[in-house]
Amino acid sequence: MADLNTESQKSKIAADEVLPKAKSKTKEFIQKFLTRKTAVISAGVIVLLVIAAILSPYIVPYNPDMADYNMMLQGPSASHWWGTDEFGRDIFSRLLVGARLSLTVALISVIIGTAVGTVLGLLAGYYGGWLEALVMRGCDVLFSFPDILLAIAVVAIIGPGVINVVIAVAVFTVPSFARIMRSATLSVKESLYVEVARSLGCKNNRILWLHIFPGTIQSMIVNFTMRIGTAILAAASLSFLGFGANVTEPDWGAMLSQGRNYLNTAPHIVLFPGILIFITVLAFNLLGDGLRDTLDPKIK
Amino acid sequence: MAEIILEVKNLTTKFKRDKGTVTAVDNVSFEINKGEILGLVGESGCGKSVTSLSIMRLLIDTSGKITSGKIILDGKNIDDVPEREMRQIRGKKMAMIFQEPMTSLNPCMRIDKQMTEAILLHNNITKKEAYERAFQVLKSVGIPDPKNTLQSFPHQLSGGMSQRVMIAMAMSCEPELLIADEPTTALDVTIQAQILELMMKIRNEKNMGILMITHDLGVVATMCSRVVVMYAGRVMEEAPVEELFANPLHPYTKGLIASVPKLGANVASLPSIPGSVPDLSVMPKGCKFAPRCESQMAICHKEEPELMLVTEGKMRKCRCHLLNSNKEEGNV
Amino acid sequence: MGRYVLKRLLNAIPLLFAILFFVFLFIHLIPGDPARLVAGIDATKEEVALIREQLGLNKPLLTQYFEYMKGLLTFDLGDSIKGGMSVAEMIAPRFKPTIILTILSILWATLLGVVIGIVSAVKRGKILDYTGMVIAISGISIPGFWLGLILIQIFSVSLGWLPTGGITTWKSYILPSLTMGSGVMAILARFTRSAMLETMREDYIRTARAKGLREMLVIGRHAFKNSLIQVVTVLGLQIGGLLTGSVLVETVFSIPGLGRLLVDSINYRDYKVVQALLLFFAFEYVIVNLVVDVLYGVLNPKIRYN
Repeated sequence: MADLNTESQKSKIAADEVLPKAKSKTKEFIQKFLTRKTAVISAGVIVLLVIAAILSPYIVPYNPDMADYNMMLQGPSASHWWGTDEFGRDIFSRLLVGARLSLTVALISVIIGTAVGTVLGLLAGYYGGWLEALVMRGCDVLFSFPDILLAIAVVAIIGPGVINVVIAVAVFTVPSFARIMRSATLSVKESLYVEVARSLGCKNNRILWLHIFPGTIQSMIVNFTMRIGTAILAAASLSFLGFGANVTEPDWGAMLSQGRNYLNTAPHIVLFPGILIFITVLAFNLLGDGLRDTLDPKIK
Repeated sequence: MAEIILEVKNLTTKFKRDKGTVTAVDNVSFEINKGEILGLVGESGCGKSVTSLSIMRLLIDTSGKITSGKIILDGKNIDDVPEREMRQIRGKKMAMIFQEPMTSLNPCMRIDKQMTEAILLHNNITKKEAYERAFQVLKSVGIPDPKNTLQSFPHQLSGGMSQRVMIAMAMSCEPELLIADEPTTALDVTIQAQILELMMKIRNEKNMGILMITHDLGVVATMCSRVVVMYAGRVMEEAPVEELFANPLHPYTKGLIASVPKLGANVASLPSIPGSVPDLSVMPKGCKFAPRCESQMAICHKEEPELMLVTEGKMRKCRCHLLNSNKEEGNV
Repeated sequence: MGRYVLKRLLNAIPLLFAILFFVFLFIHLIPGDPARLVAGIDATKEEVALIREQLGLNKPLLTQYFEYMKGLLTFDLGDSIKGGMSVAEMIAPRFKPTIILTILSILWATLLGVVIGIVSAVKRGKILDYTGMVIAISGISIPGFWLGLILIQIFSVSLGWLPTGGITTWKSYILPSLTMGSGVMAILARFTRSAMLETMREDYIRTARAKGLREMLVIGRHAFKNSLIQVVTVLGLQIGGLLTGSVLVETVFSIPGLGRLLVDSINYRDYKVVQALLLFFAFEYVIVNLVVDVLYGVLNPKIRYN
């Protein structure tokens, strides 16, 4: 049996020559993602929107606040692509500038909600005990006020306004993230590699952030993307109900609410903001879907 | 002259994957006689399950398709019959039992409903008669209290009981061929023995042919009269069981037999076959087993060996270049 | 089964109490002086004091809590600041439209959602699947209030088939309930589809086919019920989104229901009414979830026959 080493070496070399190598994980991810056309298109749309939103003050064809009383309630035309509103302001320009507000509000509120919810969820899932019970009961109570109701309740308490909308949306994002991250933590906690880390004597903190957290990032990313869509809708809903941002700056939801009065005569005032919201939210949802499918090892 | 119940000729099944087409079963052929138990052996991923699913034509919800070959059941071609006809054959002329009995039964349906469903499908009898038949069949597979079992839901049964129910369900329409896909792998060793005994008893009573799919050589030794060894979707060796164990020809078979731990043997390490089963979508050139083979030669990496008949009459076949070289040197 | 229901009930009760407490706290979370906010900027000190007494804010916290709890038991929810009506009087007539709307929406959403989901799963990869999923993802992404407006524009204004708003005939409920249910319908469709697809991959489906069963029966008899069980678990959660949809829908369709009352009350700072309504919505949600939980227990034999 002296030749066992060389024998296995021989087969190893032979194996290397004859069998191909494995690919890197990021490359695989990107490759897989690119095969999902809808996701790629959605990502493209979002990037476009973001760029347009950032550049909006420089690229708007008209000053969004400038009223033109000669051109009130005009339908779509060559000069005003998406028509004008009841003050003669160009809708396209207003929507473009409004994109900044909507996207920023949605992004910030979801980031805050995710951060808080993730920390809570991770801590609850990892340490268990009274901490978990407290966090989960708290979430249960918050969950009893479904979605927008919670946001409305928050706004009812702290009043209307942009920042308050951000807070309201963040608040109702927290419980859902806390729950998701907690269950993700629970499942990762049972993984073998965590046991290994623990058996090596790692401190709890270290285990939590260095080992468990990366395992839960997948859930977080997918949900984050989808919650942005929800946040945009929520913010628009709040604005529509009159609880949102101040009415002077162009705001998608507010535009819909104001345009409501002119539904019969000038439906385009309602049509375009709605379509834009729809497309934006759709893009985020499809992107979230695509990300989830790409990250799911069960789907080839 | 034994009668043949199942003949598989050059069966090839391919799957469509994102990366391309994968051949899970490549040119596989074998026969089963009535009352014979044929063992289909190999590691996970070698294509044995796909072979059985192909025979039953149960590839519907997969991306798999039988691309060529013939399947002849009791003298009749079934590889191309319309689905309607196939449904009459499934469950009646040939039946299949699966590896995980606990999940192979519908958790939301009572046992009696599940059993009578099968019986009523293939027999023109009343519900009451079907229930009676189910009762009888459960009794014959050794279930102590058939009435209670019939009223139960699957989650209330143990693993062994579930598998007995599965066997009963498969037997209820008196098939002539039973395909058993790793029927005992998920069960405890003692239950395993009981189930195998049950299967042999049924075989003896009904002269039923059995295709026994397993990776457990112990089961093969106990049950089977002949064995087919598969690797990477191909047949590597075929032999009567005693000969296979006494004188394995293919290096893979040798490796499989050698890796079974033997009681009393004092070894520092368990012998194993180095490497692992290749990914079916990226197969090596030449003989598929060559990279792991201890007797690999230069030609093994270039050319795939043919499956050759070793001894006439005894159905001994082997797919290995060693045979050729032995022949050349005059050693056979 | 009995134990299961009992356990669920016992879980719900502390939750309900927690909600009560939370809503009670609500008024006290308002930054600033609620009485002053209600009275208005140019109210006199006496007016503010009067309002403070009306709201009961001049008493110690614990007393307020006791009065609050006592009031709830006797259905005395306090008085609205509008023209001397009690909160109960304000709320009562609004119940009917909202409840009817809610029930109809749940029915729509569930039936349509599940059917679309099943069809999409069965016809996976084909045009019907694609259509179903497009409808589904649109339903989730569409702003509910916008959908309502568009539907009004098409069916009421242009086609004149259905009333534009208010509650006049039974027809008045059609558009609002469709709008209200659209979001949940979409989510249910997607979830049902994935539940069906997952169920179809289970071992017992393979067994059913191996018996020689027709594909339609395999789906209808074996896959369906198992998927339904999975869907029911999600149903409860999603209904919450539906319930709050009444706020938006009632606003768009000018329906005199509880949702619209909530919006108005917030604008008028009628805090007592707001409190009562928040309670109602939260309780509604908890109770609906309870019902769904029980339904799940009935459907799942592992729980029903233990």
